[in-house]
Amino acid sequence: MAEVPDLHGRLPAHFTTPGTSSFTDFLGVAQPDLLPSRRRDLPAGLIDAPHGTTIVAVTHAQGVVMAGDRRATMGNVIAQRDIEKVFPADEYSCVGIAGTAGLAIEMVRLFQVELEHYEKLEGATLSLEGKANRLSTMIRGNLGMAMQGLAVVPLFAGYDLDMGAGRIFSYDVTGGRYEEHSFHSVGSGSVFARGALKKQFRDDVDEAAAIKLAVDALYDAADDDSATGGPDLTRRIFPVVMTVTADGLRRIPDDEIGAVVQTVVDERMTNPGG
Amino acid sequence: MSMPFYVSPEQIMKDKSDFARKGIARGRSVLAMQYADGILFVGENPNGALHKISEIYDRIAFAAVGKYNEFENLRVGGVRYADTRGYQYDRRDVTSRGLANIYAQTLGTIFTESGKPYEVELVVAEVGDTKAEDQMYRLTYDGSVAEEHGLIVMGGNSEPIATHVREHHDPDAPLSTALKLAVAALVLPTPDGTEARTIAGDDLEAAVLDRTRPRRAFKRLVGTSLQSLLESKK
Repeated sequence: MAEVPDLHGRLPAHFTTPGTSSFTDFLGVAQPDLLPSRRRDLPAGLIDAPHGTTIVAVTHAQGVVMAGDRRATMGNVIAQRDIEKVFPADEYSCVGIAGTAGLAIEMVRLFQVELEHYEKLEGATLSLEGKANRLSTMIRGNLGMAMQGLAVVPLFAGYDLDMGAGRIFSYDVTGGRYEEHSFHSVGSGSVFARGALKKQFRDDVDEAAAIKLAVDALYDAADDDSATGGPDLTRRIFPVVMTVTADGLRRIPDDEIGAVVQTVVDERMTNPGG
Repeated sequence: MSMPFYVSPEQIMKDKSDFARKGIARGRSVLAMQYADGILFVGENPNGALHKISEIYDRIAFAAVGKYNEFENLRVGGVRYADTRGYQYDRRDVTSRGLANIYAQTLGTIFTESGKPYEVELVVAEVGDTKAEDQMYRLTYDGSVAEEHGLIVMGGNSEPIATHVREHHDPDAPLSTALKLAVAALVLPTPDGTEARTIAGDDLEAAVLDRTRPRRAFKRLVGTSLQSLLESKK
């Protein structure tokens, strides 16, 4: 097996061999054991691992918003109450994860490096579709684990600089990639979140309205799905919300989200169904 | 059967050095210098898409002079090394010192073991949280590595440029001042008597490692932002 040099060796030949601009492909040659997809299949049987739950994405006039609740569950136990499940993928896209948290976070980490690596080697960023397709391949690489109940189902959203619009891509466990229009949701509470979005989404929403919609939808998901965490006003744990526009990606700071969450909760005081 | 000529090791090394030095001296200069918010890189490069200055990692950049295909190889190797290490451990575990070591070993091996040495000279630089934590390494064709402070000039007319910049260099100067000093130095006449030149804006390649930027500190200075810096009165 090829080796990654330590601080005292020279760069092995495959490090300077021209060819691929893909970090995953390179790692497949240099250090294949680091790749999730090269791992040998596990023996049959089920294990309990933390699962992440609901992610929603909403397009708006300036781009797209993605939000995720903060709960990870393991069976009936809340494994973590402040997990983060929405990540920046690069400057113009973000990815939210539902499914087995450990595998999903590893996949996101690899995906982030993959995009930045390509950008550095090529001097240009991948197209939004190109990024969406790369993620597809990674999910397909996890199929063996998915068959054993350790599925990873991300939601990908970004600003398409060529089209000048926010776009959303969803996936199935086999790596199938589907473009979603206007809004989408994944995870155990997604049915309820999608219902809420379907009733409230308008074509002309702006960024602030889209953020409110997303937080509202997560509230509805938490209302009916025990694995989705509602906003925790006592501990000040709020959904992670990111917005991507022509100006790039921005994580909405907690004090801004806190204000939105407070509005949503106040509204529910008089109208619990939203 | 004829006897092969005996050539002393000293002579072999000297010939290789002369060869590499000549190749490097033919190219246009690139310089790296500290300014108020980080490290500035400036070079003359008529090939807009073939960069001499590049990002390696979050806080680390790379600049080179000499043969493009050779330093491009090293750049790609450096990016792969950095991304692999950062993925395997943590982003903070990728350091310019480690990278400079790898490059030194690589260049050294090529110099001694292969018939033709690389005709390149490199800078590996990293911005820290404060000016005192900035690191700059100069690597030459034979694998020598030296840590330098404040300023590195490489390539063709490096002596007069370095003298001029060192005289006027202020590590606390704002970006526009540092940039103008660099450009003024790059057009200086060479010792063998060629005229002072001017550089068209398109032929200038400039980038910074800006410590005030979040995570990825590297930023190219191009187009209007470069022009306005060059024209600013400050």
